[in-house]
Amino acid sequence: MAGENQTVSEYIVHHLTNLTYGKLPAGYERYDGSIVGDGGAWVMAHGGAEAAAMGFTAIHVDSMAWSIGLGILFSWLFYRVAKKASSGVPSGLTSAVEMIVQFVDNTVRDTFHGRNPLIAPLSLTIFVWIFLMNLMDLVPVDVVPELMMALGVEYHKIVPSTDPNITFGMAIGVLILILYYSIKVKGFGFARELAMNPFNHPLFIPVNLFMEIVGLLAKPFSLALRLFGNMYAGEMIFILIAALFSAGLAWMVPAGLLQIGWAIFHILVITLQAFIFMVLTIVYLSMAHEDH
Amino acid sequence: MNINLTLIGQVIAFFGFVWFCMKFVWPPIIAAMQEREKKIADGLAAADRASHDLELAQEKALERLKEAKHEAAGIVDSANKRASQIVEEAKTAAITEAERVKTAAHAEIEQETNRAREALRAQVAALTLAGAEKVLGATIDQDAHADLVNKLAAEL
Repeated sequence: MAGENQTVSEYIVHHLTNLTYGKLPAGYERYDGSIVGDGGAWVMAHGGAEAAAMGFTAIHVDSMAWSIGLGILFSWLFYRVAKKASSGVPSGLTSAVEMIVQFVDNTVRDTFHGRNPLIAPLSLTIFVWIFLMNLMDLVPVDVVPELMMALGVEYHKIVPSTDPNITFGMAIGVLILILYYSIKVKGFGFARELAMNPFNHPLFIPVNLFMEIVGLLAKPFSLALRLFGNMYAGEMIFILIAALFSAGLAWMVPAGLLQIGWAIFHILVITLQAFIFMVLTIVYLSMAHEDH
Repeated sequence: MNINLTLIGQVIAFFGFVWFCMKFVWPPIIAAMQEREKKIADGLAAADRASHDLELAQEKALERLKEAKHEAAGIVDSANKRASQIVEEAKTAAITEAERVKTAAHAEIEQETNRAREALRAQVAALTLAGAEKVLGATIDQDAHADLVNKLAAEL
């Protein structure tokens, strides 16, 4: 919630800033007026300007921690079930996990027609992991940042999928798999597909190459941007509604109702986005396996 | 919203978790589920088979029952036939026996009658002779008149 010494825009910016740890370049003037010495310095960024100055040599500690933490939660939860998996009568957590596995398995079977033992577990990981990351969006926007503030951590963004680094990271992972399997399955045919596809004439090779490579890169871009855009917009609306709380007591009740309404609607969005990411990954990999 | 090392970190984490899932999570769960599916399918098939078997057994039992009834009826029938046959045989035997006894009795009666008649005839001959003797008053030479006497006796 926006404090007395904070304007609404400051509040929003604060909520959208990652906790960044990185290397400031030499000669950079920090927020307290000190100058960074030769060779730069590895510090926690104070504010967006410092984070921007760090450039590529920085890491979003909060995104990374939540992302890996949720990944570990997923792995631990499913591993526990996998360890005691039996053909007996399932119950509780086991049946819930098996329901998800069944759902993913069916989706993969419907979409992917090759034989690849990687696709199904990959889809399961993507679906559950992204779902968990998106689920963080339903935690009231102020709880964790305020808590962290009390613990002396300045910035904290708990929804990893609102960080383009995270969504692009996963999309790049998918791109690597697409390239790997395209080359593995088609071999030289993959290069021919890139060079000869829309116009089958040697003269058009540069045009074809350009178009096909754009098409290839559009896949991870669309994956990453779709997830990021949806989650970022959702988070933004949560923050905007939360900002209403600062507009006085009269706004408390409508703002609360709006939060609830948006959260309920968002349950649909987070599941759908996780599902879309999974299905598109399967489709792209299925295309990579198809030899024309 | 800067692109930075987090990107690389996420790529590594992505492959890490996918690898873990592929190695340790997916295979046991899917294997257990497939095994259960198979078990259920087997169970259903067994139930189907059992009900089919039951139907067959019932049919067979019914058939056996019918057969047994038929057999029993046959046995009773033949027993009845045999009984009447025995009665018939006994009757014939009795009649024959009675006939035989009757014939024997008749023969005996005839014989007795003849014998009595012979005896009577002999006595009549003697009486006649004695009577004649008395009438004639003389002794009739038995040897000389034996023929005569005998002729007389035969005529009686």
